[in-house]
Amino acid sequence: MATVITGAASPERLEEAWHETPGLGSFLTTVDHKRIGKRYLYTGLLFLVIGGIESLVMRIQLTHSNLHVVDPETYNQLFSMHGVTMMFLFATPVLSGFGNYLVPLMIGARDMAFPRLNALGYWVFLAAGLFLYSSFVVHRLPDAGWFNYTPLSDSVYTPGPNIDFYALGLIFVGISTTAGSINFIVTILKMRAPGMSLDRMPIFVWGELAMALTVVFALPALTLANVMLELERRAGFHFFAPAGGGQPLLWQHLFWIFGHPEVYLVVLPALGIASAIIPTFCRRPMIGYTYIVLAEMAIAVIGFGVWVHHMFAVGLPTIGLGFISLTSFLVVIPSGVQIFAWLATMWAGKPVLRTPMLFVIGFIILFVIGGLSGPMLAAVPLDQQVTDSYFVVAHFHYVLVGGAMFPIFAGIYFWAPKMTGRLLHEGWGKVSFWLMFVGFNALFFPMHILGLRGQPRRTYTYQAGQGWDFLNLVETIGAFVLALGILVTFVNWVWSAKRGEPAGHDPWRGESLEWATTSPPAEYNFENIPTVRSREPMWDQPELGPHGQPPEAGGRGLGGGHNTLGTSLLEAEPEVVVPMPHESPWPLLLTVALAAVFVGLLIREWVFWAVAAVATAISVAGWFWPRGETQET
Amino acid sequence: MTLAREAPPLVPTGQPDEWLPTVGEGPTNFGWWGMVLFIAVEATVFALLLASYFYLRFRSGPVWPPDGIESPKLKLALVMSAILWSSSLPVHLAHGAIKRGEQRKLRTYLALGFLLGATFLLLQGAVEYPDIVRHEFTPRTDAYGSMFFTITGLHGAHVVVGLLMNAWVQLRAWQGAFDRYRHVSVGNFVLYWHFVDVVWVFVLATLYLSPHL
Repeated sequence: MATVITGAASPERLEEAWHETPGLGSFLTTVDHKRIGKRYLYTGLLFLVIGGIESLVMRIQLTHSNLHVVDPETYNQLFSMHGVTMMFLFATPVLSGFGNYLVPLMIGARDMAFPRLNALGYWVFLAAGLFLYSSFVVHRLPDAGWFNYTPLSDSVYTPGPNIDFYALGLIFVGISTTAGSINFIVTILKMRAPGMSLDRMPIFVWGELAMALTVVFALPALTLANVMLELERRAGFHFFAPAGGGQPLLWQHLFWIFGHPEVYLVVLPALGIASAIIPTFCRRPMIGYTYIVLAEMAIAVIGFGVWVHHMFAVGLPTIGLGFISLTSFLVVIPSGVQIFAWLATMWAGKPVLRTPMLFVIGFIILFVIGGLSGPMLAAVPLDQQVTDSYFVVAHFHYVLVGGAMFPIFAGIYFWAPKMTGRLLHEGWGKVSFWLMFVGFNALFFPMHILGLRGQPRRTYTYQAGQGWDFLNLVETIGAFVLALGILVTFVNWVWSAKRGEPAGHDPWRGESLEWATTSPPAEYNFENIPTVRSREPMWDQPELGPHGQPPEAGGRGLGGGHNTLGTSLLEAEPEVVVPMPHESPWPLLLTVALAAVFVGLLIREWVFWAVAAVATAISVAGWFWPRGETQET
Repeated sequence: MTLAREAPPLVPTGQPDEWLPTVGEGPTNFGWWGMVLFIAVEATVFALLLASYFYLRFRSGPVWPPDGIESPKLKLALVMSAILWSSSLPVHLAHGAIKRGEQRKLRTYLALGFLLGATFLLLQGAVEYPDIVRHEFTPRTDAYGSMFFTITGLHGAHVVVGLLMNAWVQLRAWQGAFDRYRHVSVGNFVLYWHFVDVVWVFVLATLYLSPHL
């Protein structure tokens, strides 16, 4: 007797279950991880443009000594918002965007674990970005630097609302980041396709997991510090001002307990992008998979033990500095492990120099240069000499722009064809890369030299005759070349989305599961949830293709309903068939209510605030109000 | 296959003879993981807040509390603690009840837990706080006062959220939403409530007991 298979899926049934009717309605209510992921990407890149324009204005101001293009107050606002924008509104959201789009595809799931929380994360990120930039309208942008030290940021020295925009805005955006991270962790731990045990998980997914775990334990420090700052500024509490028994250094500790892991959580998924691209373009599996994964996790953990190296010049006890100096040096080891694994993979394979690979190689070079100035700064005596100079600016732009933005651009060239169905133009991609690479080095390399020659960061101009003028001119030219390179990619992307060469489902012959879907993927991602038998399933399982995996090869259709598969944490064995929530207006409504709460706190209209708080409670109730059978039951 | 156990309606997966439940219990459920991670975030907030308290304390002068404030009174605090901690028992029993499908016991135990939690909150808000503010210090007095009210206030806010969750689960229980297979919301509320009680152990030890050492 033949085996009877019940629960097979058909594209028609899945289409019916998962379809979101295009239009304004579904634009506002969508919970599709692919649409949300793209929104994160586009919005994040818009903030890259804004933050980039801020830096260009600063560069124009610094082109020559004694210029007065902007006044000192504006300059303070520019560098403060440049840092805030690039860290919180560009790098983190764009990397979340890649994760949102790709993680469910890479692990063979039909959506994220909490689709509505996913939608909330995006809307809150957008609302918090608008909240922060609404300070521009009243000319009161945050102006105490992205790390906002007290006492400068307290109500005595900055009485205007500038810092309130900063503190409330970052608390607000933290809601988005936290919600997104919890979503990533549950998705990655509980929704991997059968057979994808942890040791078969793509390294990119490991990177997103490391980022999300870091957020869970690091971000509370920032939120708490900002709550305390607001209580001190607005309600007369005492935490940081010495007058009432507070300690200014408490802010620095709390900020950097968050701030240093934050730096790593930007770099970790970016390293994951590099690890996704290198094997594909070297035509061989990654060498040292286990070591790379352990290195990523080690960086995430060590990142919590190095915060005081931002405070070497503060005057803390020497024994503490020694310990933190040691842990800071330790970071070199896992970073080096990854670099050598990438080099070994390239050495043993046959690298194909297409644009994504070019960006990855550029990234490795810049990351190594940034990695050389890192240990220099981990040495306390050197750090105390060059602290707050352009040497530090050079270091962290090499590791953050080189270490995160170049992989992000590699990711755009690599995965945009999956999103749009069309390849980006190769020639313009290479033009963009070389402009960015040359521009970047012209912009940031001279900062090492100027820093050693004593140019301080965060000063809006400098005297003539210090020997700083020529290199500053070079930097400004480099900044515009870099900006031009970025612009070329944006134009390329927009142009290619309509006119580019059709990509097909697997243009690069990649090794992970996102290439087993159509480009762009169907709304349900996979007709059958595949069974994975390899670390490189697309290379080792010929039955995988744009039409999924047939049931005979292990594919699970789950009856073709609006559901996905829950699996066990370590071995990814099937445990439960989870009905997924449908489109919902509540994430957006909750965001609007929350935004009103934050506006109420800012303008201190307590009736307005109370109404907003009630609206928030109603939105939460509406969200959880049962409709049909979903996982929240 | 371990599907022989009593389970909620099973659905076919599309593999031969493989049927899986649509609702998971504990760690097989996404919602459980969401709550555990949310608690991890909240626990980190409290850990940092208590660390900040000690940071300010050890950087202040030799006398703590400073500014002539007396060490916290213990009698009321210990009564409040006993009431709060005892609320964990009925809440735990409520979870056990619904696992066996006992609707009535679920509602009763939830109500008992609510009552105890609300009593704690009432003692804090209507007896302890007014007494301190009138006779001793306010959040604006100094860093000690700020810390005391921020930490106990944040904990109190968590109690409020826990009570709201309790009321929600009670409402859903009356609607008959839960049975022996579907009770994720109950489980998540129970986890959260235990967390609020455990945090109070550290708050009590830090704010009330440690100044007496």
